Amino acid sequence: MKPLAAQAAGGARLAENILHFARVLRAAGLPVGPAKVIVALEAVQAVGIERREDFRAALESVLIERHEQQALFDQAFELYWRNPRLLERMMQLLLPKVYTRAPRADAEAPLSARLAEALAPPRVPEQEPGQQEVTVDAAFTFSPREVLQTKDFESMTTAELSEVKAMIARLRLPVPELPIRRTVAASRGSIVDLRATLRAMTAAGGTVVPLAWRQRRRRRPPLVVLCDISGSMDRYSRMLLFFLHAITNDRDRVHTLLFGTRLTNITRHLKRRDVDVALARVSAAVSDWAGGTRIGACLGEFNRRWSRRLLAQGAIVLLISDGLDSDVGEGLAAEMERLAKSCRRLIWLNPLLRYEKFEARPAGIRAMLPYVDELLPVHNLESLKQLATAFAQPHATRGMARTSGFDRARRAA
Amino acid sequence: MSAVAVPSSVDSVVLLLEKHDYFADRRLATSVFLALTMGRPLFLEGEAGVGKTEIAKVLATALGRELVRLQCYEGLDTASAVYEWNYPRQMIEIRLAEAQGKVDREALATDIFTERFLIRRPILKALVPQGGAAPVLLIDELDRTDEPFEAYLLEVLAEYQVTIPELGAIVAPVPPIVVITSNRTREIHDAIKRRCLYHWVDYPNAARELAIVRRKVPGANLRLSREVVAFTQRLRAMDLFKAPGIAETLDWAEALVALDKIALDPETVANTLGALLKYQDDIGAVTQEVATQLVGEARREAAAELGS
Repeated sequence: MKPLAAQAAGGARLAENILHFARVLRAAGLPVGPAKVIVALEAVQAVGIERREDFRAALESVLIERHEQQALFDQAFELYWRNPRLLERMMQLLLPKVYTRAPRADAEAPLSARLAEALAPPRVPEQEPGQQEVTVDAAFTFSPREVLQTKDFESMTTAELSEVKAMIARLRLPVPELPIRRTVAASRGSIVDLRATLRAMTAAGGTVVPLAWRQRRRRRPPLVVLCDISGSMDRYSRMLLFFLHAITNDRDRVHTLLFGTRLTNITRHLKRRDVDVALARVSAAVSDWAGGTRIGACLGEFNRRWSRRLLAQGAIVLLISDGLDSDVGEGLAAEMERLAKSCRRLIWLNPLLRYEKFEARPAGIRAMLPYVDELLPVHNLESLKQLATAFAQPHATRGMARTSGFDRARRAA
Repeated sequence: MSAVAVPSSVDSVVLLLEKHDYFADRRLATSVFLALTMGRPLFLEGEAGVGKTEIAKVLATALGRELVRLQCYEGLDTASAVYEWNYPRQMIEIRLAEAQGKVDREALATDIFTERFLIRRPILKALVPQGGAAPVLLIDELDRTDEPFEAYLLEVLAEYQVTIPELGAIVAPVPPIVVITSNRTREIHDAIKRRCLYHWVDYPNAARELAIVRRKVPGANLRLSREVVAFTQRLRAMDLFKAPGIAETLDWAEALVALDKIALDPETVANTLGALLKYQDDIGAVTQEVATQLVGEARREAAAELGS
């Protein structure tokens, strides 16, 4: 490395500090590689250190990659660069082999659990993945004090496990592919491939050659799964999580969110290939297992925070819920309408449909029914397989004929 | 258009932008300064209507550079983003060669795949400027395109070069000033972001918004401008599906000026709310009572500021 920061006022001390700061951020989970540290030094050198806010903005524009990382960066910056006493302590903490002290309680603001962890790394560097995750996953929740009620997934019986694994192996959601605006070479297509034709012409020395063709490529649309994990859905939750893990890893562009009393995006946890690791991480990340359900509020949060980010490219939404709402359907219809209007297709999977005498009595179910395109059962392995088949069937247009379950519920409503 | 030297400090960036009617907060100015100094692309993310595209336009004007704009959309491919061969001309060339009776395949292939037959699209145009200083390349709403195009951009942003199979790599003699914007309708891949300086463009605070309204809508008097800003700021605090951006504030101020208003009143607000809010749910949320209350607060705040 060139002596970049050495030229700046403060010299090598400053470079060292930035290096340590980057290490703190990295330990807190921000993707800050060595290349970024060099760029950060360059940036600081460019703006100078006369003004604190410029210095901060320079570090920020280099070290942050997503808006979500802002809060963590802000906290880390305040702590690291404001309080020199604290800084010194932290420097000590960061020195190798002095891992014992935790940051003192006199830090003004409540620390993000993750940042606290980064500043005072635990004595044992390697923990079991499950334990470590409790702190790592508190990231970006902004309420580290909340008692995270976690739920253990008891180990499965061998028979059950093999059955589920077999199911997962077979389970594919054949979501119909849709034409996209990209083209691919084809023997007979609808668009003339002039480039390929001309190449053929030059190769043939200017004589007449057959036209080369292209056609529109097809691709499966994104899938967004919203799964209810409230008390009434508890008995299905483990099976559903296996299901979610399977479809999340089946292909790209699947996003999964869980909701009970609040909404949690678990997509990146489910991306773990190993199903047990993935579920342990989900278990640690979600705080409202088997509690009440506030479907309207959670869908509202989804509509405001996530829908524009996840539903942009003609996504299909799978809503897994029994529709039993603690808020008695309050505000639910409006949020359902907004959701239905934002996605290509809204499919409701309801485990209650297993009962022959299912009736759409509860207010929540009545509020949701008018806006879904399809209503399907989901209560055992068999129904999951049926779901896969249902997907393969041609796309029913909104407001047209639907499955028997839907008609039954409709009539009852 | 003569190129202006790149500003030498954050302060001069602020002044330069302000001279061209863009009021940047200091953090944004720092990012812009770094992008210019370090020759890195600037990645701007934020809600619609907060002035992301505008910064590229203003930079181009202020620095006296050409603005090359690439509007992204689904299915954007190299033929419309980077280059395309001029097929009709190539065909005529082949026909002419035939007519003259000299059909040498090798020579023909090298003849028709030369720069003469190349149609330059925005990215190639930005890399190989036709005279003058390096232009400003605006890659607008990158989130609208798909992942394959992002992957293609990696080469462009990392090396400032494009590879044309028939011609080889074309390297930019001077790297362009690259500004990428995204409305975050999906996450852009980290590999792109890593090569850029990231900045989240937020809604402006009241003082900055007032400065923008004063400059951009000179027809509005000071009182109306203050009330408009105070009202919009309050509206953003509400739980809306899409909060109004600066573009909407300006539209609204212009609408009020067109209606010859010199102050806000609840009725006018109700009639012109469509300039601020674009979703029926949001308009429904601002009921008569809410509007009356917000107008009252905005007027009091404006009066207090005017008095002081």
